[in-house]
Amino acid sequence: MNAQLNHIYKSFGAVQANVDVSLTVQSGAIHGLLGENGAGKSTLVKMLSGFITRDAGEILLDDKPAEVRTPADGIRAGVGMLHQDPLDFPPMTVLDNFVAGKAGGLFLNRRDAVQEFKILADQFNFALDVDEQMGNLTIGERQQLEILRLLSLGVSTLILDEPTTGISASQKTALFDALRKLAGQGKSIVFVSHKLEDVEELCNQVTVMRAGHVVGTVDIPCPTSTLVSMMFGRELAAPVKPPTCQADIAMRIQGLTIGDDRIDVQVADLTVRRGEVIGLAGLEGSGQRLFLLTCAGVLRPATGKLYIRDANGLCEMTGKPYHQYQTSGVGYLPADRLREGLIWGLSIQEHVVLRTSSSGLFIDREASRQVADQAIQKFNIRGKADTRVGQLSGGNQQRTQLALLPSPLNLVLLEHPTRGLDIESTIWVWQQLIERCRNGTSIIFASSDLDEIVQYSDRVIVFSGGKVSTPIETTALTAGKLGEMIGGKFGNNGNSAYAGVN
Amino acid sequence: MDFSELIVILATAIATATPLVFASIGETIAERAGVINLSADGTILMAAMTGFAAALATNSVLVGFLAAALVGAAFALVIAFGAITLKQSQIAIGFVLALLGADLSSFLGNPVVLVPGPTVPAFNIPLLQDIPVLGRLLFQSDPLVYASYILIIVTWVFFYRTRPGLLLRSVGEQPAAAFARGANVVRLRYIYTLIGGALMGIAGAAFSLDFKAGWTNRSTAGYGWIALAIVIFGGWNPLRVAMGAYFFGILQSLASVAQSSIQSVPTQAFSVAPFVLMILVLVLTSGEWLDNLMSRLPLKVRRPILRAIRQPAPAALGKVFEQD
Repeated sequence: MNAQLNHIYKSFGAVQANVDVSLTVQSGAIHGLLGENGAGKSTLVKMLSGFITRDAGEILLDDKPAEVRTPADGIRAGVGMLHQDPLDFPPMTVLDNFVAGKAGGLFLNRRDAVQEFKILADQFNFALDVDEQMGNLTIGERQQLEILRLLSLGVSTLILDEPTTGISASQKTALFDALRKLAGQGKSIVFVSHKLEDVEELCNQVTVMRAGHVVGTVDIPCPTSTLVSMMFGRELAAPVKPPTCQADIAMRIQGLTIGDDRIDVQVADLTVRRGEVIGLAGLEGSGQRLFLLTCAGVLRPATGKLYIRDANGLCEMTGKPYHQYQTSGVGYLPADRLREGLIWGLSIQEHVVLRTSSSGLFIDREASRQVADQAIQKFNIRGKADTRVGQLSGGNQQRTQLALLPSPLNLVLLEHPTRGLDIESTIWVWQQLIERCRNGTSIIFASSDLDEIVQYSDRVIVFSGGKVSTPIETTALTAGKLGEMIGGKFGNNGNSAYAGVN
Repeated sequence: MDFSELIVILATAIATATPLVFASIGETIAERAGVINLSADGTILMAAMTGFAAALATNSVLVGFLAAALVGAAFALVIAFGAITLKQSQIAIGFVLALLGADLSSFLGNPVVLVPGPTVPAFNIPLLQDIPVLGRLLFQSDPLVYASYILIIVTWVFFYRTRPGLLLRSVGEQPAAAFARGANVVRLRYIYTLIGGALMGIAGAAFSLDFKAGWTNRSTAGYGWIALAIVIFGGWNPLRVAMGAYFFGILQSLASVAQSSIQSVPTQAFSVAPFVLMILVLVLTSGEWLDNLMSRLPLKVRRPILRAIRQPAPAALGKVFEQD
């Protein structure tokens, strides 16, 4: 089925997710949709599948206008979507998941359903046990089931949102074979991804999106450099950070393996010097957060060792409790300021009280008020000591988080340190951080803003779907190289033999 | 204690458990859709009073049940509107309604306290009542008890053998995924919350028009909370929930027998026992030790056993569904 989106607009509050986006997917084609996080890819395909409604524009299916307002409309019109996070029912069996929501008689016919399932599964060589509980399957297997389910509903346009994250190499091969086969049957496939390699391997055509707009559509094969420049579309900013790196080692890592249910990350040996800033580049969810959480002592690595310098020299910290990391001078500023960093309903002053360890039962209001007022003045927070942090603006919340970090620290870990901040606040935040570096604090930060990475890092580590590059000197970086690595093309710059997989 | 005495105890147990079966199955249905109706206790009291008063006024038991079901559905509607449409805390709304129902029923029900009124007539099912043992146990009772058997079976079949039943379970498990499969989550949650509430209302009338025959203030106080506990005990599975209700009934009827026969055990022990046992069962089935024990068995055997023992709550229970 030909699917055509014309002049689509969608905004969430003040954020314009899609601006005048048009896209045509031919029957029998695999069409890639490429772009950074937040480029508007998922928003666009969710509108095509009816998961969200568009503000303006039209959807044509086989040249006829289609009113797709709910997923049910989408399925009826023949459009099915495989979501990035599997939308299924973990406690139920594979068969129940396959059948749930399908039309039919009042009573479930188990035998017919099993038969239909087996025929479909055999067609694509998917080996799934119908009685297994969904929650016990890997992401790749859950994906396979979802594809079979959508096909059994008679879908003729299939959308896949980042389907290659968290699946094994063999599952990826099986998936690609299945998609090619489906395209061969005349179905149209929309393949949403940020991985250049996958798009180049699979797709016939690619549309690149950036910041809610379509940059352009090209046929594959197409030079990687063209795709990279379309994706990132600019020269990188010049480094602005003064040298603060000292000779002593602040932290050493020996072959860490970290994992959650989506992704496994392996970090080879890494040595961080005092005063050094390491930037973690990559699209969100590529393992940077897991790495930061491990360095902060929140997660325990599966294997590997971690040493941090404190007053007594370099000290092994692997497996030690979070509290010990704090006393060793590790500070962590999470990206989600209101959920993980600060407590919404408490005032700045109350945060000061929480931070100071004191054995007394009662709060010394006068003293904490003074500390809070000093912090407000020093960090230029627009708020009063008794202002609840939830009422502060994003920039002022970040200033509060910074103000609450103890001093001195050996290691500061930051996730998106300047996200949502205006330029003035961004510069200010980094001034504070660089000041700390001058005093010997090392910084590791993750950011999806490439300019920020290049401007403030001494060395950069690129994360891509669990693959981790070796650290690269910022001076040796180019936009093209960085873009390729973020898209998963490591060349010989990382331990790319290892594909991040459950 | 001879055999016929045992039959009597069990038959009484089934009878006393019948209102609980209605209430806990009703709660199960609502919770499977993701909505906790915490107002059970207040709902049952209000419905018991209203049902009795309506039956008294019209001299029709049927009208009484209808009125009770409507009251139950009305309470559920408040919960559904607050929880689903206004996206407020189900716990808070339910709790307030539980208290409100209890007090309101005493206030409004004053004129009918201890007034004799109609009751559900006894009815032995022909043929079935002659089956040895089972006949006396199950089929020499009244239509309400028989209706409860049907309710248990129909609910189970609906949950596990029909398409809408599967969708109901999906809505409580992962509403976003159910939505992706074309379900109208909001409408389904409303429907099943109201059905659950109506069944709870019937439970109230079952007390005042059958097992306690009449209305006194707070006569059924506590049963709603017991029903809520039984749902957890029964792992949101209608058959096991019904077993839980009967189990409670047996302990209760034992308590009354025990007063004369087992004097060494205080009767309170029997009324508390269900709760202690419930906690015990939850502790035993949720521990890691079970996994360790089971890991020695082959997968084919292990899977059904674990699935039978472990019944986690619907994952989206009590959570607001936000459509983006």
